[in-house]
Amino acid sequence: MSEPAVVARGLSKSFEVHERAAGLGATLRSLFHRKTRTVVAVDDVSFSVEAGERVGFLGPNGAGKTTTLKMLSGLLHPSRGEARVAGYEPKRRDAAFLRQITLVMGQKQQLLWDLPPAETFALNGALYGLSAKEHGEALAELTELLELGDVSKKPTRQLSLGERMRCELAAALLHRPSVLFLDEPTIGLDVAMQLKVREFVRTYNERRGATVLLTSHYMDDVLALCARVVIIDEGRLRYDGSLSALVEKMRPDKRVVLNLGAALPREDLERLGAVVEASGSRVVLHVRRDRTREVVSHLLSHPEVVDLTIEDPPLEEVLRELFAERPAP
Amino acid sequence: MSAIARAARAFPTLLRVGLAEALAYRAELVVWMLTTTMPLVSLALWTSVADSGALGEYGARELGAYFLAALVVRQVTGSWLVWQMNMEVKQGGMSHRLLRPVHPLFAYAAEGLAVIPLRAVLCLPIVPILLHFSGTEPLGDPARAGLFLLSMVGAWLINFFVMALIGALSFFIESSTNVFQAWLLGFTVLSGYVVPLSLFPPWLKQLTDVLPFRYTLALPAELAAGTLSTERALVEVGIQWGYVGLSAVLALVLFQRGTRRYAAFGA
Repeated sequence: MSEPAVVARGLSKSFEVHERAAGLGATLRSLFHRKTRTVVAVDDVSFSVEAGERVGFLGPNGAGKTTTLKMLSGLLHPSRGEARVAGYEPKRRDAAFLRQITLVMGQKQQLLWDLPPAETFALNGALYGLSAKEHGEALAELTELLELGDVSKKPTRQLSLGERMRCELAAALLHRPSVLFLDEPTIGLDVAMQLKVREFVRTYNERRGATVLLTSHYMDDVLALCARVVIIDEGRLRYDGSLSALVEKMRPDKRVVLNLGAALPREDLERLGAVVEASGSRVVLHVRRDRTREVVSHLLSHPEVVDLTIEDPPLEEVLRELFAERPAP
Repeated sequence: MSAIARAARAFPTLLRVGLAEALAYRAELVVWMLTTTMPLVSLALWTSVADSGALGEYGARELGAYFLAALVVRQVTGSWLVWQMNMEVKQGGMSHRLLRPVHPLFAYAAEGLAVIPLRAVLCLPIVPILLHFSGTEPLGDPARAGLFLLSMVGAWLINFFVMALIGALSFFIESSTNVFQAWLLGFTVLSGYVVPLSLFPPWLKQLTDVLPFRYTLALPAELAAGTLSTERALVEVGIQWGYVGLSAVLALVLFQRGTRRYAAFGA
């Protein structure tokens, strides 16, 4: 059996942070006595990702997602533990390893600000040692998938955020990496552009068999792209498994939303499930998953029910609950 | 393909894109060039002093040739890499360089070389005009011309690697630009930028012979001005290239160590 594309074993990273209060006195004191504090950003995180898999990497702000991605891409040296990506040890930053991976940081750009993106593409093509043919083919494919058109000929500073992000993706993927670390690639984009980027990631993954580890604060990105999620909080691994199993574990109920033409007795509804909302014609029930079919059949037999939808709770809500029940340190 | 062969293949594109970037920032470049015209001020000052009698081996003509040569050397070999590295380490721009399979110092070197044609185009027209007025012919001998070129390459490399070395300190301390200011002070006084070094008292002159500053400016400037014998120049170019090797090793080692501590602040 081949080695997973990404392996993290007991990965940890601590930073020394200088601390001082505001004000002149504190400034002067810090000249002679510097206080430092050790911040554990990632603590003993282990997981693996098979080649070609798309995995969502989730956690609240400051959970350690970006730090983990930086360790996996060789930018940061782990304080403890080890990582292997595409068969390489990332911290060694071998050229062969760097040609296998890419890290897209939604909040950082690599495009040369005052030059058209085409110049960054040319620069990356040269740095990654692409032949003119390889460069041309890769660029043609990315131009088509990302619908770049003539965008790459305008100076970067004159591009819209969406155009810039698409060019960032093209610059980062020109060398056709097999492992993609995507850190908030859709941040700040409008819904249409998020959809475009999402579709691109899916197509690239399917066409090239690339492994994708994606962080995003937009749960729709994760829902659309990743069947599996790895969740970290305060630097520690909290969950690794399928999204559906997580939702089931956290919320054993389904959410049944009713639109009523006429009122139904509340006690009848309460016999079917927990009534969480009842305002006018709209009623929301939480029903145990194993009873959903039975309850829905029963409800549909009532002529008062005009419309009925069954929903899973929003992923944001599930995560909020997961983070709320943090284990004691 | 080896790392060096791959980097060499990328070099023309790096130079071309670097030049395109330099052209995009041409106004900034001209302002920077204006800040390095100190030798012209020194020329005016020392020429008026020389009017009242020769200063050592320097008459008005030699002073003219020396300071014009110093101006060209500074324009062509100067580096501002330390500012760029500090900013990129602090703000996380270094991450993109570290993700690429070519050593960041190689890419920085190409960017530094790419601006030379533009600096040359902007500063070289001044030189023949002023040389005409000073009446000197600094590079008549091919051997001296060869040594001059070698010393220019050496000066560029020392400047580049020292800036890279100081820039790499920003991996360890919050900002290494203050260290650069200290280097700049040493450079201004001890490189021959403001005063020809042979006008220094003997003990100070001897000190400048062993420090690196002289080899970043005075050596090529004296060769061009014709105030350094070919025999002495050979020895000094040897010392200069010793400094090139030393600064290169130190810069590479410190950069390597620094990347282990890289915290990509703010990125």
